This record gives sequence, structure tokens and C-alpha cells, in this order.
Amino acid sequence: MADIIIALIAVILAPIVGGLISGVDRKITARLQSRFGPPILQPFYDVFKLLGKTPMVINSWQVLCAYVYLAASMLCVFLFFMQSDLLLIFFVLTIGAVFLVMGALSTPNSPYSQIGAQRELMQMLTYEPLLILVFVAIAMVTGSFKVSDALAYPKPLLTQLPLIFIVLGYALTIKLRKSPFDISASHHAHQEIVRGVLTEYSGPFLALIEIAHWYEVIFVLALCGLFWATNLFGMLVLLVITYFLEIIVDNVSARMTWRWMLKGALSVGLVLSFINIVWVYTAG
Amino acid sequence: MSILNNWINKGRLKSPWVVHFDCGSCNGCDIEVLACLTPMYDIERFGIINVGNPKHADVLLVTGTVNHRNKHVLKNIYDQMPDPKAVIAIGACGLSGGVFRDAYNVVGGVDKVIPVTAYVPGCPPKPEAIIDGVVTALEEVKKVLGLTA
Ligand code: SF4
Repeated sequence: MADIIIALIAVILAPIVGGLISGVDRKITARLQSRFGPPILQPFYDVFKLLGKTPMVINSWQVLCAYVYLAASMLCVFLFFMQSDLLLIFFVLTIGAVFLVMGALSTPNSPYSQIGAQRELMQMLTYEPLLILVFVAIAMVTGSFKVSDALAYPKPLLTQLPLIFIVLGYALTIKLRKSPFDISASHHAHQEIVRGVLTEYSGPFLALIEIAHWYEVIFVLALCGLFWATNLFGMLVLLVITYFLEIIVDNVSARMTWRWMLKGALSVGLVLSFINIVWVYTAG
Repeated sequence: MSILNNWINKGRLKSPWVVHFDCGSCNGCDIEVLACLTPMYDIERFGIINVGNPKHADVLLVTGTVNHRNKHVLKNIYDQMPDPKAVIAIGACGLSGGVFRDAYNVVGGVDKVIPVTAYVPGCPPKPEAIIDGVVTALEEVKKVLGLTA
């Protein structure tokens, strides 16, 4: 019962925290470029404005896809804070991503949307194997795929899985669409293939996708938090450092092609996780 | 409901996303518009983002002379923007056709084709003037929303 209440609170708080995080993200990015930057609450202004616009859709599929994408990301956060199964969460996450692609693919007359959808598929192809490897490594150390078992593990997982954490960092950068992996819908260069998968979404439906993205930010950060679950302070420090590094990488790197992403991220990710898994296997 | 409406109205004033359409300008006005996006002027601190897509935009910045060839494109872009929206005509060409107004192919100002909310004169206008134009357009939006005291 307590689990459900915590999970419900998490689902309610996640968009607020996620929005604040992306506000801070934009502020820090601006400071790194020696600009003043928008107010911290800017993402909320954006989303509320979008919610108030007249809905314009190409077809009804898009509407459904936007809602399913939001529902899937909410469910991910809910299941995670219910301390449920990591594999189950992974499937829900995939369903959300697939629906986003479906929504973009449902507009055959829009080449930008099509290209964006194909690139999004490439991104999924890159981060999903990495994410699965991360989950497998966690399961090898803790003995089960349950989040509750990972939380109950006496030592911080980071001491056993440092390389896996780097792999998770790769997956995280791709999932959050940050440079150099902002290939399907760029976060900063808003004109890059006219925002790829998000091209044909407008008004309230774009707002739904933005909110879903906040849920995903919270979810991936929670996932990183698992690596230092033994005390809250350590977890917080780890998350702040990880996200800050994420912003730095976002700012210092250029946008790359999907071929480079596929080759680079997959090869480095596979090698690192292989080394780490063998190490855990031989040590344990 | 009124709280939600308040927030939506606040968002409308604080996050004008602009899309920039060039109706065949001499490139003078375009460069000034792009100068606004540099860290020097940093329009993002007002929540302004340059989007490449009329479907995401709230404000349409038009530079250059409207002619018979591109007036359909201009109208099309305007129609693709979801309401509420604003249009800002930039430069002497956008206002009236400028030095090209007597040419046989020129329609005249942007307001001959679509309703214009704010005019930014100059040949080319300074980036400060363009930012001022966006702020003036927002004042207009405020009036339409009934938010002025
Ligand atoms: S107003 Fe002047 S600078 Fe702007 S497009 Fe016309 S001629 Fe060029």
C-alpha cells in the first residue's frame, strides 16, 4: 500500500521536478555560452502556452500516439517507484518510444517527419541494447531484476559496475536527445530537420510530448540513482554530477550522424559492458 | 479553471516562439534577425526561441518584399500557425515594398496578404528594434486577451 502511495506521489511530482530540471538545464547552458538565459520557469511557460493553442492535427493517429507516449512514460515512473521489475519497465518504455515513431510515421506527406522517425528508430536501436545490458548487469550483481532488490543491496552498485554506469550515461544521452546524439529531434538547434519526429505535432499535443519528456528525464535520473541507493546524499551528489556532465557534453559536442552514433555508442557500450560483466562474473 | 487560464495567458506572453520567413529580402534584414539570436542579444532570456516550423511558432517575422510569386507561400505559412498568433513585418520592404515597391512583380507590404500586428521600420532595422517589435506585438496580444489594466 505504501508503495502505491509513494508511486502516485512520484507520478504527480515528476512533471514539476522534470520541468524545473529542464529550466535549470537551459539556464546553465545559457551561462556556459555566456548568455543570461531564460527564467528557470521557462519550460512551464512554454508548455502552458502550447496547451492553450488551437489544436491542429494531421490525422487522429497523432493524437492517440501523443497520449500513449505520455501514458507510457507516466507508467514507467509509476512502476519504477512501485519498485517493480526492470524488464517490465523496459517494455513499457519501448512501447512509448514506438508510439512516438508511429505518430511521426503516420504523416506520409511530410518528409521531415519521416526522416525524424527513421532517425528515432536508429536511436532506439542504439540505446535499447545498452539499456538491456545495464539491467542484466544489475541483475547479475543483485540477483534479480527487481528495483526493490537493487535498492536493498548493501553496497552502492557503482563500486561493482563503474563501467556499466558509463554505458548508462551513453544510453541516457541518446534517450534525452542531447548532443552529440540529438539526431532525431534536436534540443537546441530547433531548425535541425525542422525538429524531426516533432515536426507534425503542434499546440497541445506538442505540450503532451514535452511533459512526457519530463517524465522520461525523471525516470532516467531515477535509474542512475539506483547506482548509489545506499544513502540519499550520495545519490543526490551522483545525480547532480551526472546531469551536470550531461549538460557539459551537450554544450561541447557537435551534432553527429546516425552512422557515427550507431558505431560509436554501440561499440564502446558493448565493450565496456562486456568487460564489466566478465569482471563481476569472475569476482563474484 | 481560471488558474489554468491565468497560466496559459502568462505563457502566451512569456514564450513567443518565432519563425522567420524571408519574402526575397536583400539579406540585410535577415542578418539583423539572425543577429538577435546570437549571445550578444540573447533573445532567449525573454523566452523567445527561433523555431524552423510554423506549426510550433507563435510569431511570424517577415522580411523583404512580398511579390506575386511568394504571397501564396506567405499565406500558407501563416495558415499553418495555430492560433493565437502574431505577425511582425520587418524593414522598409516588409512595411511597404521599400525601394522595390514600384517593381512590376511587387505586391507591396506584408499587410496586403496577411494581417500584421507590429511594424518594425528601418533599412535594415537594428536588432534592438526587432526585439522591440516582438515586445510591441506582445502588448497587442495582451490587449486582445484583455489583460491590460
Ligand atoms: S528593408 Fe532594406 S535591408 Fe531590409 S530587405 Fe529591404 S532593402 Fe534590404
